[in-house]
Amino acid sequence: MKARFALIRVLAVLSALLGVNYVAWRWLESVNWSAWWIAVPLVIAETYSLIDTLLFCLTMWRARERSGPSSPPRGTADVFITTYNEPIEMVMTTARAAKAIAYPHSTWILDDGSRQDLEQAARDAGIGYLTRSEDWTGKPRHAKAGNLNSALFQTDGEFMLILDADQIPDPLILHRTLGYFADDPEVALVQTPQWFSNVDDADPLGSQAPLFYGPIQQGKDGWNAAFFCGSNAVLRRESLMQLGIVGYVRDVTTSTARALRVAAALAGREARRQKDPALAAELTQLRSVIEKARSAVNAGEPVAEATFDVRAAVERASQALVARDFATIRADLDVIARLPVARDAELDAVVVDDKALDGLAMADLSPLGAIDAVRALLDALRIDRGDEAQPILPLATISVTEDMATAMQLHALGWRSVYHHEILARGLAPEDLRTMLTQRLRWAQGTLQVMLRDNPLLKRGLSIGQRLMYFGTMWSYLSGFAAIVYLAAPVIYLLFGVLPVKAWSVDFFARFLPAFAANQLLFIVIARGMRTWRGQQYSLALFPVWIRACWTAFANVVLGRPLGFAVTKKDGRDDRGVPWGAIWPQFTAMVVLAVALVIGVIRVIVGTADGTGTLVNAIWVAYDLVVLSVIIGAARYRGPVARPSEGDV
Amino acid sequence: MNLTTAIRDHYAVIDIVGRLTATGAPQLRNAVNELIDAGSNRIVIDMSRTEFVDSTGLGALVGGLKSARVAGGDLRVAAVQDSVRTVLRLTNLDRVLRNHETPESAFDGR
Repeated sequence: MKARFALIRVLAVLSALLGVNYVAWRWLESVNWSAWWIAVPLVIAETYSLIDTLLFCLTMWRARERSGPSSPPRGTADVFITTYNEPIEMVMTTARAAKAIAYPHSTWILDDGSRQDLEQAARDAGIGYLTRSEDWTGKPRHAKAGNLNSALFQTDGEFMLILDADQIPDPLILHRTLGYFADDPEVALVQTPQWFSNVDDADPLGSQAPLFYGPIQQGKDGWNAAFFCGSNAVLRRESLMQLGIVGYVRDVTTSTARALRVAAALAGREARRQKDPALAAELTQLRSVIEKARSAVNAGEPVAEATFDVRAAVERASQALVARDFATIRADLDVIARLPVARDAELDAVVVDDKALDGLAMADLSPLGAIDAVRALLDALRIDRGDEAQPILPLATISVTEDMATAMQLHALGWRSVYHHEILARGLAPEDLRTMLTQRLRWAQGTLQVMLRDNPLLKRGLSIGQRLMYFGTMWSYLSGFAAIVYLAAPVIYLLFGVLPVKAWSVDFFARFLPAFAANQLLFIVIARGMRTWRGQQYSLALFPVWIRACWTAFANVVLGRPLGFAVTKKDGRDDRGVPWGAIWPQFTAMVVLAVALVIGVIRVIVGTADGTGTLVNAIWVAYDLVVLSVIIGAARYRGPVARPSEGDV
Repeated sequence: MNLTTAIRDHYAVIDIVGRLTATGAPQLRNAVNELIDAGSNRIVIDMSRTEFVDSTGLGALVGGLKSARVAGGDLRVAAVQDSVRTVLRLTNLDRVLRNHETPESAFDGR
């Protein structure tokens, strides 16, 4: 192990021990219970930060530098460029660079906007062009995940490189990454960094993420949990298709079991109510076929056979009844039309409402109506996954950040992932605050959706390290609430003299300062001269975004409300100007902090406040102000002075 | 991979010889669609000489099942070899598709 990684481990242990020592003492000895309304939130916020630090230390524990694959590249490869509404020239610049990749491959533009101009341009350049097939008409589209899922069935390369429309690849990108798949047949994914060419050193929007595409991914890689980040990554087709098959089987078996349960109840009740003995016999027979299928499915018999038998029985029963029962059919039609199978507007997925399904079983239907309802049920939830464009959906569709959800499912199936730390594609970052805020909100919402829908701590198949690596990223998105406490506590002290701790005593500093110092030192060693300050600023300064993400993701997953999701503009500029509606909380906070600082100083001068406490809190406020000030520069930012032309990057 | 289609009395048989993988999957898809277009929607895939199936191949089987079911028929698999059976078990696809002993018996009785 290199000396630097050894030093990181020492500092990580030190940070963890000193952090636990400080926070434990805070809980046990120093909470000012008489001002519990601020003291308790503060100690909870500090505990939150401690857990964040511990997860970070754990990530760093296994940080490693890969030297590259040992096998030469091999296998067939496709390069996918995903696009929806980006300028055609941007897409074509990327596509031409993709075509020039040295390793033999096929290049495909995946145009979700179905633009004829782009199709023509692709044809002229001799580049493959794919759009959704007819199967997708009227079906959930699943955004980028759907675009890739559609392309998977129109191509046949063993590996595919995925590029966003702005990510211009290096000619050697496949040479440098394909060897990992040959090294280890269980590798499903190789992720390379995302790096932006239109960002200068000041990087006012904090677009470069050197800490994430560096030590953090290297640490996650050490736990076999390197994340898939949507672009600049190579995937193994076999792993994705396996994921698709497993998901299909799970979906089909659960939905079939559910449909059969309701169908049996419907047929059974109708049989009991029926006065005509011939009809009653017909319905009883149908019910017994359904029940037989149910117990067969529950006993692990293949679903295809069971549902085939039921469908044949439904056809028979329906033909037998149709001659006898005309009058009541019409009345049932709208009940059947209101089948409790609804679309989730955000995820664009079909969701089945169990309660409503049970309600249907109770509805007052005629015998023929009942059979039609059974038929419609089996259709809606049938084996061919008729609600989806494709029965097999390899890329996960449970979240607006399909990449993270997909990688986690691959890991749960036992596949491995690799982070290759070498810039092999150069993209374009957002060039104004509004676009940047939309992008960050989307990432946060997607991550929290995965946390709520498919929590890594509970997910089967993941190792403990993988669970914590995924959970760590989700945990860090909860920081908005802690940020509010960190902003409010010093203001409350300076304005009203209310102490959240028992005293700003030697005891306090003897525990706080070493913990703080160890943490900062760890950070400095890890960052090793990288520009990580912007990232630190934004993790606090975007607190309204993080809180909004938490609330909207919760409302979406738990309450079924739409996310209000927007696609990030890849051409980077939004001409609607400064998004005051989104950043007023930061400006309000800055004004309040500044006012509190002035009043605090006045209170010391007139002798109504304690000098030490005011000094401590003044430093605290100054830190908050410096961090928040990043938003001022961001709001004024209008893109790099001389925008690099896309051709010469 | 070598694929041949034969039409019998009550069903059609698609015989797959060799390895059913990403390169052969489109061929299987086309064969299924052609049969359905020609009016044969009861299809048996004879796998007695199929040495290996990868997940893309399984995906093509599921795609065929969907097409056949939508057309009012069915797609069944028969005479699956041990190596392929392992793949079916690994992906749980044996929870959906039953392996019939021979192509001739696949549509027996129904």
